[in-house]
Amino acid sequence: MPAISRDEVAHLARLARLTVTEEELALFASQLEVILTSVARVSEVAAVDVPPTSHAVGLTNVFRADSPRPGLTQQQALCGAYATEDGRFRVPRILDES
Amino acid sequence: MEVTQAHLDRIAAVDGAVHAFLYLDAAAALSAAAAVDDRVQRADPPASPLAGVPLALKDVFTTVDMPTTCGSRTLQDWWPPYDATVTCRLREAGVVILGKTNMDEFAMGSSTENSAYGPTHNPWDLDRVPGGSGGGSAAAVAAFEVPLAIGTDTGGSIRQPSAVTGTVGVKPTYGGVSRYGLVAFSSSLDQGGPVARTVLDAALLHEVIGGYDPLDSTSIAAPVPPVVQAAHAGATGDLTGLRVGVVSQFRGEGYQPGVLRAFEIAVSRLRELGAHVVEVSCPSFDYALPAYYLIAPSECSSNLARFDGMRYGLRVGDDGSRSAEEVMSLTRAAGFGPEVKRRIMLGTYALSAGYYDAYYGQAQKVRTLIIRDFAAAFERVDVLVSPTTPTTAFGLGERVEDPLAMYLSDLCTIPANLAGNAALSVPAGCSDDDGLPVGLQVMAPSLADDRAYRVAAAYEVARDAADGGPLAHRVPELTEDRLPGPNRAGVVGR
Repeated sequence: MPAISRDEVAHLARLARLTVTEEELALFASQLEVILTSVARVSEVAAVDVPPTSHAVGLTNVFRADSPRPGLTQQQALCGAYATEDGRFRVPRILDES
Repeated sequence: MEVTQAHLDRIAAVDGAVHAFLYLDAAAALSAAAAVDDRVQRADPPASPLAGVPLALKDVFTTVDMPTTCGSRTLQDWWPPYDATVTCRLREAGVVILGKTNMDEFAMGSSTENSAYGPTHNPWDLDRVPGGSGGGSAAAVAAFEVPLAIGTDTGGSIRQPSAVTGTVGVKPTYGGVSRYGLVAFSSSLDQGGPVARTVLDAALLHEVIGGYDPLDSTSIAAPVPPVVQAAHAGATGDLTGLRVGVVSQFRGEGYQPGVLRAFEIAVSRLRELGAHVVEVSCPSFDYALPAYYLIAPSECSSNLARFDGMRYGLRVGDDGSRSAEEVMSLTRAAGFGPEVKRRIMLGTYALSAGYYDAYYGQAQKVRTLIIRDFAAAFERVDVLVSPTTPTTAFGLGERVEDPLAMYLSDLCTIPANLAGNAALSVPAGCSDDDGLPVGLQVMAPSLADDRAYRVAAAYEVARDAADGGPLAHRVPELTEDRLPGPNRAGVVGR
């Protein structure tokens, strides 16, 4: 029976790049616990020898011919950007100062 | 053009109450309609029977000439740089896209209450939900704002709204309709499909949007099944020799009695048409809901990672003092609603080291068992039937605080998403306990979409005859006294 703590929820939020408030932490912890308890039922079923299915259609190695064709233009690619500079996406600093 | 204008007038009259549309482009629609008229005048009519017919597109498909918000703040006013394949095919056929419809945010939900732009209201009772995630598309069709709409179905998001709004909604075989330009929620489950008021209309639309697309690597390299032909064949009302299986798992506790009674009446109607009906047990279906609520959130946690505010969409908190990671976190917190956040965290948990095998891995095994149960069932019967959803439309606000209660709406629809086979909902009259629409779900094997259409078409004819007319025509009048006051959000557009 999974019990999900506020710390675990905070960790998940960090992994998923989601800032959460204190109230949200408490609410999500209780809601996630209920949901996880319910979905844990999947462990009741299926012996070890049942293969997993990731895709209903079961296609493999779908390739196209290796011939170049146009993609988005630079302008199109930048058209939704919050900030651009010199034809590039302008983003906040990625590396730490230190 | 008159047809387009008439529908625009209808939308102007009722969409303040229904709120099916997030974006409307009257000028472009009239222009597209005029172009079709022009070709007809010049004796060079477009080939498609749907040329000139107005349509509403769920706001999860990209369109270069309209915003694509996916019902989220994250993509507010986002104008995509490319059209989805579905969008392209509609335009090529001369279909007149009037606008984009409301939806649960990123297609996650069963009521359209998770939209960042306010809920859509069920035309049958404005205080009730139209279902979700494609509530806007279903409500628009049910309210006669458009005759056709496109939705997407990941766990029932076309079929369940259709069931509770008295419309026809189809989830094609997975891979049957291109997902290029369909903003991904759960890539192995998402599928676009038609919403209409009749089975034949849905079939005509299915034919326009379906078929192989080299831009979608999960697209099936096969022609669209002969759905229009099947709809015509079914309309003779003869189902002699058809073997129908009633799924025994889809009844009992949690099912509204009026829904079950309407379903029984529908099944006897199928018998009257010559079908041979038996009960079929698919034990793994009892695990479909938990498996889905592991697989879909897992895939969604990966698919929604792209919404980080760096290249498009909302960006919050970039005041020059924060790192990219901090800005991403603040942006995503501001841009996503609670249901989306819950599912992202659930998926992150299920995929993390130490839990992967117990949750996601197990869910994928359940998926195999569901596929096997369908295969075994289809050895004995030609189609499987069930109520589309356990209850009629619930009230706005009723299930919002209780995610599990909300998830139960998808009980009957989910197995077909996990297995990938074709499934649809066709109106089955109203529940005798609240007078609200009930849907009959028909499921067929993968690539046998036409079989489901044939059964639905035959049933539709019989039901219309018995009820004295189509259910869709019994939708209550959206008269002045039912329309709300001036503070209801209006339709955005130009």
